[in-house]
Amino acid sequence: MSSDAIAIQTTEATAQPWVQTLHEWVTTVDHKRLGILYILYALFFLVVGGIEATVIRIQLMRPRNDFVSPEVFNRMFTMHGTTMIFFVAMPVLFGFGNYLVPLMIGARDMAFPRLNAFSFWLTAFGGFLLYFSFIGGNGLYGAGNAPDVGWWAYAPLASRAFSPGHSSDYWTIALLASGFGSIGTAINIIATIISMRCPGMKLSRMPLLAWLNLVMSGMVLLAITPLSAAQLMLLVDRYLGGHFFDTQAGGSATLWMHFFWIFGHPEVYVLIIPCFAFASEIIPVFSRKPIFGYPVMVGATVCIAFVSMSVWAHHMFTIGMSSYANSFFTITTMAVGVPTGIKIFNWLGTMWGGKIQFKTPMLFCIGFLFQFLIAGLTGIMLASSPFDWQLSGSYFVVAHFHYVIVGGILFALFGAFYYWHPKITGRMLNEGLGKLHFWLFLIGFHLTFDLMHIPGLLGMPRRIYTYEPGRGWDTLNFLVSIGAFVQAIAILVFVVNLVVSYFKGAKAGNDPWDAWTLEWSISSPPPVYNFASIPTVASRRPLWDLKHPEDPDSRYE
Amino acid sequence: MSAITTPLPESPVAWKLPYRGKVGMACLIFAESAIFTIFVVAYLYYVGKSLSGPAPREVLETPIFYTICLLSSSLTIHFAGKLLERGRRNAFLLSWLLTIALGALFLYGTGQEWHRLIYEHGLTISTNLFGTTYYSLVGLHAFHVTAGLIMLSVVLSFGLAGRVGPEHSARVNVLSLYWHFVDAVWVIVFTVVYVLGR
Repeated sequence: MSSDAIAIQTTEATAQPWVQTLHEWVTTVDHKRLGILYILYALFFLVVGGIEATVIRIQLMRPRNDFVSPEVFNRMFTMHGTTMIFFVAMPVLFGFGNYLVPLMIGARDMAFPRLNAFSFWLTAFGGFLLYFSFIGGNGLYGAGNAPDVGWWAYAPLASRAFSPGHSSDYWTIALLASGFGSIGTAINIIATIISMRCPGMKLSRMPLLAWLNLVMSGMVLLAITPLSAAQLMLLVDRYLGGHFFDTQAGGSATLWMHFFWIFGHPEVYVLIIPCFAFASEIIPVFSRKPIFGYPVMVGATVCIAFVSMSVWAHHMFTIGMSSYANSFFTITTMAVGVPTGIKIFNWLGTMWGGKIQFKTPMLFCIGFLFQFLIAGLTGIMLASSPFDWQLSGSYFVVAHFHYVIVGGILFALFGAFYYWHPKITGRMLNEGLGKLHFWLFLIGFHLTFDLMHIPGLLGMPRRIYTYEPGRGWDTLNFLVSIGAFVQAIAILVFVVNLVVSYFKGAKAGNDPWDAWTLEWSISSPPPVYNFASIPTVASRRPLWDLKHPEDPDSRYE
Repeated sequence: MSAITTPLPESPVAWKLPYRGKVGMACLIFAESAIFTIFVVAYLYYVGKSLSGPAPREVLETPIFYTICLLSSSLTIHFAGKLLERGRRNAFLLSWLLTIALGALFLYGTGQEWHRLIYEHGLTISTNLFGTTYYSLVGLHAFHVTAGLIMLSVVLSFGLAGRVGPEHSARVNVLSLYWHFVDAVWVIVFTVVYVLGR
């Protein structure tokens, strides 16, 4: 039996000196190890970005607070946004993609293992460069520190005149480096899925996770590159005296906005589509039913990818575009809601009539469904340009996109952690701590982000350092901050669960959830070589076929 | 449980998937196209918006000869690939060398044009919007030509050492795909800068 042989191997591995282990991890080109590196790296920055969020919330807890200085406050929200998008969400999703895609399609490794390692280290280098700005950002001018121009760095704020020193350059180069890393990984995922599938794994039989990662990677190629191009232009402006975004010489500040949001809006879908993928794997397993409407799910995803490429200017309704442009972007933005709605109905259709097991991964996925729906609805509200004129740049917008990113992306991601942790480490995450984590996080999340809509509607602008008492924002902001602390405690529970379960968790075995995709057919953790012999599949649920030879899926395809 | 071998009535005959190198390069080209698109959009958006001279009409000369050089290098690299497939190594090396020479000639042309613009017309990247967009767009392309030439030279040095044979033709074809892309981009850049931009 192959799993016995693997158990012997791992005992040998723990016996070797730690320097050698470290060397193996740093020089690895194995997709599983790189996936774990991505995930650990993202978890580290999740804590860093979370601390920044906590600083912001402490500062806004009371009116006229001075917990930090205005300058530090600006750095905190800039670094919080940049960190969470580029150094938490992207790497953690790439980490799961890296780990799971080859296992799910029955491949030995990614198509280009060395490119894979290169991409990871580029991304890692980008993150450390960004944080080095706290030390090195002063530059020759002795001005600045960490970047403080907001995560979208609008021109001319990011020009030399208004951002002296090197803080903005650290931001630019960090994003450029991690952007190239993302492009490398995207190329790798696409080539893996197109060229490395095991025999019988037709595109129409691929697990939805592989399909959705394919679509996401295609979007990365189209969405990250405009940002890289715009960063190059910003570098030309800042270092070579160019005039791309220099309004004094005829340049345009609006052009930067367009370039940034051509990246910025598809990026939301780059982040949410892998989360759709997690939900599409977890919900069927815990409903004990195959996914409802597989081809429609794939079609809807591709549709989202296309439409989301033409919605970017809904971030720019307030800059004064023509009424035609406003109407166009209103309509396209609302149109994205249609395929997204189809997906939500498909997940509900999967659960309908199923024997639902409320294990922790499923709880997080149900939270994801519910919250993502609300986030979509406030999105539709903001898509209407007159409504957006009123609320753009307010805390309503902040509440909306945190509903997407925390309520949608992070919840699905936690579901994925609880679901695949047994496969990755060989041990189950503690179910009791998991439920505690879920409920605490749910309560904290709703306390923070439900209430945050209201000060926005009342006119509280985003990014303000402090506010006057007596505007009706005080109690709400206090409660929002309390919610943030509750979430922080929930994350702490999660970290404790990770550590405790790593050492003391129950052994998982190959297939703790009685699932149907290929990664559950091998031992946990998987051997270095993944599959002793490359499997052959005949349906969308190869493990179902294996477990039920009397009634295999392949009979109905 | 042992590793999976799903019972299957018959193993799928001729399970063949596209070559991963080709897929990877196609993806890279897709991504690079997006980068060039942004630079082209910026160029077109700023045509005629410079607040001071010199203007493109006054200083630009159409580089017909060097354009022909670059475009014909697409032909030579294509033939080089075909020759390698047939195992004619020396003819392959000659055609490959010709490709590098034509590419280098093109780069020389770009350098000469920049030298003329800088020293005769005083146009640098910081002079005006035209300078900024022109040097960025043409420079981005020249950078890709340079990167291509380096990769071609690596293959050449392996070839001279007698290490490139017909078994490598799939890989060589991946590289020539990149080179075709660099040439195709030049058609766009040429049209934008020397035809529309004036």
